[in-house]
Amino acid sequence: MCGIIGVIDRTMARMDGSSIKKALSLMDERGSGEGAGYVAYGIYPDYSDCYAIHVFFDNLLEPKTNVDRILQKWGRIVYQEEIPTYEQPNLKREHIPWRYFFKPYTDLMVGTTNPDDDNVKRLVMTINSTVEGALVFSSGINLGVFKASGWPEDVANFYRIEDYKGYIWLAHNRYPTNTSGWWGGAHPFNLLDWSVVHNGEITSYGTNRRYVESHGYQCTMSTDTEVVAYLFDLIGRRHGLPSDMVVEALAPPFWDEIDEMPEKQEEFMRALRLTYGPALMNGPFAIVIATKDGIVGFTDRIKLRPLVVGENDSKLYISSEEAAIRIMDPDVERIYMPRAGEPVIGRVTQ
Amino acid sequence: MSLGSVPLKYKISIDRDQCMKCMRCVDNCSYGVYRIEDDKIIIDSRKCTACHRCISMCPRDAIMLQERPVDYRSHPLWTTEAREDVINQARSGKIILSGMGNAVDYPIIFDRLVLDACQVTNPSIDPLREPMELRTYIGKKPEKLDFTMKDGDVELNTKLAPNLKLDTPIMIGHMSYGAISLNAQLSLAKAVAKTGTFMGTGEGGMHEAIYPYQDHSIVQIASGRFGVDIDYLERGAAIEIKVGQGAKPGIGGHLPGEKVCADVSCTRMIPLGSDAISPAPHHDIYSIEDLAQLVRSLKEATNWEKPVFVKIAAVHNVAAIAAGIARSSADAVVIDGFKGGTGAAPKVFRDNVGIPIEAAIAAVDQKLNDQGIRNEVSIIASGGLRNSADLAKSIALGADAVYIGTASLIALGCRVCGSCYRGLCPWGIATQRPELVERIDSDVGSENVANLIRGWTLELSELMGAAGLNSIESLRGNRERLRGYMLDEGLLDVLKIESVGA
Ligand code: SF4
Ligand code: SF4
Repeated sequence: MCGIIGVIDRTMARMDGSSIKKALSLMDERGSGEGAGYVAYGIYPDYSDCYAIHVFFDNLLEPKTNVDRILQKWGRIVYQEEIPTYEQPNLKREHIPWRYFFKPYTDLMVGTTNPDDDNVKRLVMTINSTVEGALVFSSGINLGVFKASGWPEDVANFYRIEDYKGYIWLAHNRYPTNTSGWWGGAHPFNLLDWSVVHNGEITSYGTNRRYVESHGYQCTMSTDTEVVAYLFDLIGRRHGLPSDMVVEALAPPFWDEIDEMPEKQEEFMRALRLTYGPALMNGPFAIVIATKDGIVGFTDRIKLRPLVVGENDSKLYISSEEAAIRIMDPDVERIYMPRAGEPVIGRVTQ
Repeated sequence: MSLGSVPLKYKISIDRDQCMKCMRCVDNCSYGVYRIEDDKIIIDSRKCTACHRCISMCPRDAIMLQERPVDYRSHPLWTTEAREDVINQARSGKIILSGMGNAVDYPIIFDRLVLDACQVTNPSIDPLREPMELRTYIGKKPEKLDFTMKDGDVELNTKLAPNLKLDTPIMIGHMSYGAISLNAQLSLAKAVAKTGTFMGTGEGGMHEAIYPYQDHSIVQIASGRFGVDIDYLERGAAIEIKVGQGAKPGIGGHLPGEKVCADVSCTRMIPLGSDAISPAPHHDIYSIEDLAQLVRSLKEATNWEKPVFVKIAAVHNVAAIAAGIARSSADAVVIDGFKGGTGAAPKVFRDNVGIPIEAAIAAVDQKLNDQGIRNEVSIIASGGLRNSADLAKSIALGADAVYIGTASLIALGCRVCGSCYRGLCPWGIATQRPELVERIDSDVGSENVANLIRGWTLELSELMGAAGLNSIESLRGNRERLRGYMLDEGLLDVLKIESVGA
């Protein structure tokens, strides 16, 4: 189950959150009221040089003091506030969502090619695994995740999603089958620039998790999806593979197909599969990933979950259901279904 | 003879009404249980090893075999075996030898691990209708890919180290020519060639008859260095340095002179009839640096074209040792658990030294993972794998592939009688006597062994499909797909798995 939808305006024109809220609510049959969430890129233009760190606090005493202390040690808090929320009759407020705009001290992380990202990644892992009562659920620049346990419209109204304007939006309506529905377990999952929404289950989770853990990531959300964000961060950002190649590592062609490829391509695919075997994802899944440059949608290698793509001029939509795309954009022009494992990529044009 | 004799272990009897006096039992028992006197078959049960050769050859099902017809006063501490071992050593003053694997009734961890299957939310995959990928590459993998983009084209700069390509993650472990017969080895070689996998030559060199299958052979170098020369190294698809063995960690090997016939002496490059003794340590390896040097010299000698494995017995600090091996330029570490078989081992070692393979795989896999190098080196597990479930569980605990030994011999007729060290194997496996060796037809034998590999492979695909996995990479180290049943917390922690119901 689960309903996912993503949209990008390739010209980076910003859309408010009202239509994606409608689209997600349309897929309520795919959810159970136990989790929904949104992420938007480009929503914090006033702080576009800061990492926007969203945290769920159980209370603002000890957990917050600890997080403040950790952040202040590794950088400067430029601004912070409680994320504005609006009480909803059907949504129980379990955590206090907070946001920091944060600038890491670059010179504290030496020897890496992107020290700021590495610094923030490490902070997220540290806070999530050591500070009780605090959970960082969003940590990218000029983007923000908004999620909670509840139905899509309640979660949207809780954060008043339509007040934000972004050029990329992803949204997710959750039907948890593996783990309990809790705020941290709702999608999207985010780390730095990467945000993930996922419909399905990852049967290779144990293997994928061990792999990312051996590279300094810690899985703390008790659900299989967070590992996808970490895989993209590891292979995409740190190892420098472009997004389509990351998808090829995560959902590679079958050996039979690789054997038939022209020599050079065969050599490359074999090397890719041998190198990233532990990152290969199995099980039924449809996933949409966003970074600041674009979105990528793909399914598992035998396509056990639905994925539909729609295009209208500069906009590209990827969703579990055609109806969700159509309600967002009644004038959508081209609707098609990608093949299993084939990445659908929407990149910003500038 | 103050001690007298101990009771016989097995009692053979013949149903004389059924017997047609064809004398097949007489011909087949190489231990001399049967003889003919005045046209009558006389039985000396004391010599029986329960190898079942006579029973399986008797056309009339006339032979009956009973275990231990006489018993001692029962005693929980002084078991029959304990008493008899004392009596035998009091008589001989020698080390008690034994064959095959550990015969102590330790709990089998494999049997307390259960695999997962999908229901409803996560569809299981039907291997008959969907692709199922078991192809496994054994050898070094890069940490990450190095490439450049040129006008939209990818230029790969990473050069892959040589890897063995296996169609199924089952290989046949090292059993030397000498320990087993040429026909037995030939059966195994033909079987791996048929099933797209590999076998180990053992430490006995490579006999000419195996040359046609050399592309499916892994040549072994043990401390005795028997049969090792550049030609031998070049013939192997991979090279394995044997440091230790599960059935006898910490000691060398011994092939008695009686087994060193002309052919064996020639293949091993040792004098006819001489004992072939592998010392306990390699006399040029006293540290990881020394090992690294040997690994690199072997690679240098073979042009860096072959993967080099290092085999160790599973012992208490196996994880740390394996991590050292992984950093010694070795391409794979082979871990042999304490239930592994052997031609001959001191019984006290076979039954008491080492640790179970399940715990060893998990510990090694975890350590390599903690160090961030798990995918860069392969893990091959062996030692007491009995079926495809053991295989699947080994992979889920972290192995890339397994070696089977005893199971492949059982496919050739072995009945695990444990008397391999005597060189009289009535099935023609652990013997060099020509009249016994010729009991194996290597074409027939290879088909049986190949069938076993095929059967396990099919079952592994089904198990993977049930768990919603269509590629072996996703089963490897996937502890999520395993649960422990009636295992204590300490062991669950070592295995890094949760309990059933969790
Ligand atoms: S040793 Fe084997 S062949 Fe001989 S009597 Fe016993 S079971 Fe039969
Ligand atoms: S093999 Fe069976 S039938 Fe033949 S002599 Fe022996 S006991 Fe009798």
